[in-house]
Amino acid sequence: MSVEQPIKADSWTVAGRTFSSRLIIGTGKYKSLEENAAALKASGAQIVTVAVRRVNISDPSQPMLTDFIDPKKVTYLPNTAGCFTADEAIRTLRLAREAGGWNLVKLEVLGEARTLYPDMRETLKACQVLVAEGFEPMVYCVDDPIAAKQLEEAGAVAIMPLGAPIGSGLGIQNRVTIRLIVEGAGVPVLVDAGVGTASDAAVAMELGCDGVLMNTAIAEAKDPVLMARAMKAAVEAGRLAYLAGRMQKRRYADPSSPLAGLI
Amino acid sequence: MSLDDTLGIRVNGEHRRVNGGITITEMLNELGLDPHRVAVERNLAVVERSKFTEMMVEDGDDYEIVHFVGGG
Repeated sequence: MSVEQPIKADSWTVAGRTFSSRLIIGTGKYKSLEENAAALKASGAQIVTVAVRRVNISDPSQPMLTDFIDPKKVTYLPNTAGCFTADEAIRTLRLAREAGGWNLVKLEVLGEARTLYPDMRETLKACQVLVAEGFEPMVYCVDDPIAAKQLEEAGAVAIMPLGAPIGSGLGIQNRVTIRLIVEGAGVPVLVDAGVGTASDAAVAMELGCDGVLMNTAIAEAKDPVLMARAMKAAVEAGRLAYLAGRMQKRRYADPSSPLAGLI
Repeated sequence: MSLDDTLGIRVNGEHRRVNGGITITEMLNELGLDPHRVAVERNLAVVERSKFTEMMVEDGDDYEIVHFVGGG
């Protein structure tokens, strides 16, 4: 790219919907709905994940998420977090579709409470049923290139491998498997879970991911709104670095100044 | 059906009594809920929102009423 050329507008598309922001944020763990809305604004995210839960029938006048984050302006991505079987996840998303009126959902079936690692057998089963029912599932999964392929074959509209356990903030533990998933995928790949700080998000993007999903890294920062801004910048920086193509690594030094003409 | 024409139903796991002859929309209103902001499952089957105004609440029905909340 020559220096005169403007940088082309960058966007990504999932299930026919195009977004300019490659950052998806969660809406859990914030101190208040106000803080959540402010972090969303600072992040520039166009998609938020939401959970489906029972209404509080003893106090129906409680403030609602939809009062602070307008589902007409921001894409709500209903998530099945907390589901440990395919049947629970399917039941939850059937209700989510009725509550929201759209088919784009995030499927997540967990295997155990300690690690919150995905149960791929149940996840794959749920994915097949949901696709048959007309859903467009973006699917949380292990960072396993074969599992990713199987999900794509089952009709997943996006593959969302974990970088590290949910809520751990440990950063991307296996860059090799994330890169292999990106190289093999015909649908968008988004790192989901494990991001702790801005550099982790940049790494995900530098590996060629189409986006990053995070919740705790922003919500549990000392200043969530400032961290949301940092994440926006990191995702953009990582994406640009990926497009620019990084230099080759060398084992030893290579001087930047010419050796010829030394006095 | 009890002697006073009320129905015994379960809503989100809690036992409730409501008046007989009401629709799902009327039940939601009675609970103080906006029918446009919730999804309803009746006896494990999702009820389409367009059916809220016509589907009658029956004695022994088991309802799950959900909405979107903050989550990861």
